[in-house]
Amino acid sequence: MSVKQVSVFLENKSGQLAHVCAVLAENGMNLRALSIADTKEYGILRVIVPDAEGALEVLRSAGYTCKITPVLAVEIDDRPGGMAHALQVLSVAGISVDYAYAFISHKAGCAHMILRVSDMEETVKALEGANIRTLEMDALSE
Amino acid sequence: MERYYQPEIECASVEQIKALQNEKLVSQVRHVWDNVAYYRNLMQEKGVTPDDIRSTDDLYKLPFLTKADLRDAYPYGLLAKPLSDCVRIQSTSGTTGKRVVAFYTQKDVDLWEECCARAIVAAGGTKDDVCQVCYGYGLFTGGPGLHGGSHKVGCLTLPMSSGNTERQIQFMLDLQSTILCCTPSYAVYIGETLRDMGYSKEDIHLKAGIFGAEPWTQEMRRDIENTLGIKAYDIYGLTETSGPGVAFECSEQTGMHINEDHFLAEIIDPDTGEVLPEGSKGELVFTSLDKEAFPLLRYRTRDICVLSRKKCSCGRTHIKMSKPMGRSDDMMIIRGVNVFPSQIETVLLRQGYTSNYQIVVDRVGSTDTFDVYVEVTEAQFADTVRELTLQEEQLAGAMKLMLGINPKVHLVQPKSIARSEGKAVRVIDKRKLHD
Repeated sequence: MSVKQVSVFLENKSGQLAHVCAVLAENGMNLRALSIADTKEYGILRVIVPDAEGALEVLRSAGYTCKITPVLAVEIDDRPGGMAHALQVLSVAGISVDYAYAFISHKAGCAHMILRVSDMEETVKALEGANIRTLEMDALSE
Repeated sequence: MERYYQPEIECASVEQIKALQNEKLVSQVRHVWDNVAYYRNLMQEKGVTPDDIRSTDDLYKLPFLTKADLRDAYPYGLLAKPLSDCVRIQSTSGTTGKRVVAFYTQKDVDLWEECCARAIVAAGGTKDDVCQVCYGYGLFTGGPGLHGGSHKVGCLTLPMSSGNTERQIQFMLDLQSTILCCTPSYAVYIGETLRDMGYSKEDIHLKAGIFGAEPWTQEMRRDIENTLGIKAYDIYGLTETSGPGVAFECSEQTGMHINEDHFLAEIIDPDTGEVLPEGSKGELVFTSLDKEAFPLLRYRTRDICVLSRKKCSCGRTHIKMSKPMGRSDDMMIIRGVNVFPSQIETVLLRQGYTSNYQIVVDRVGSTDTFDVYVEVTEAQFADTVRELTLQEEQLAGAMKLMLGINPKVHLVQPKSIARSEGKAVRVIDKRKLHD
């Protein structure tokens, strides 16, 4: 039902993002998606990689504070209003979203949205009720 | 023309002072031995009895007291009088784990207030003065000490306490205050607010200020003197020995006369405890010669300074101490509050953080900034900004509870705090507090 996202704590200093990406690259980790939440002093890097545990390990040994966060991957239509529709469904169901980011899929006409919500089961139920699919990791890795 | 509150003692010959000290020390040691089991045990461990103390030359034989002893003996362990004979309690900044409660009989209060009165007279105070006391009133000794001293001198006393600066200035203008008593940083702030309100030193009637309870530099002194049009006098003291007035500055402004008839000062090597000769830089140790309720013998202040018996142009003969030049422990005074790094560490460990942190203290204008950098660990790491911000606020709140003042907490990456020889540098104090 959910996919594993790797979240990394980064201070707002130049070169930080480059370094963490280099660590992942050196270990053959291909980024499927990435998002950054930033404040004046620090940022939280969130990445989707096929091997989340492996990524966690290499980042840890490089000295980063990181963790795996379960998130939902949702398939949405790659058209204007595709994401709005899915979010509208959640809004009607009274589900609030902690954060979300989206990226295009290799599958024609499709895009993916990553969601963090507090109640994943409720969310999946609401989405399924509107015929919106949630994806597993291998679907994202294709 | 120099004036004194108690000239017969303030200007007594060194021989007279020594004789008085000898006599008082012998009876004080007996009083403590008879009434304070905690200290009697310390003396017994060292194999010392009151019979071994015949004059101040024997002082070195007595055991030291430290802040840790005061904590161990809290609250009544060092009390030397029945509580029914005590009339007052004062306490230190109230930082958890380091709290000191001091007791006073009426005689103790009188002696303390006399010490403050000497300081006020040395700053030019007379019964014709209007003395505005803006040290905090309450458990803190600053307000009550100078307030009592001001009464003794006969000044018209304005018990303002701290805060509400515009009202302070309004009273200063309306009631023509001539002496200001507060922390030096508050004096700077009063100067700034005075200017912001559209006034200058020409509009006020202050002639002198008595400033203490925190470190300040000669630069700050000149700044305060210029802004307020006054002469700024330093005052020193600590709750453990009574409060402000243990030592005070005279017109010469080259150190503070220690009230030697009440407090016997020594300078020791902080590492070995060895007594150092006059003029050496070391840790200041006080023996209370005539306090009844809370008579500390050889109390280590942790303040580093120098004593000098050089003849003073003011005519006072009591030994002078330099402004403290630092601390022999890691205590910081931030916004007038005593802060130990160990307290920050306690909060962090309690909340599940590691002890990798760094305290950065600076001074912007007249206000101390207080930042704590904490390395974020996986156990605490949440992946939303909201949760991390909440964590920073919770940590700051827990530190405020512990310390009484609010730090700004910053979460940082592991290993990002500078380390020297594997150990993180705990404190960076960018304030220039000591000359």
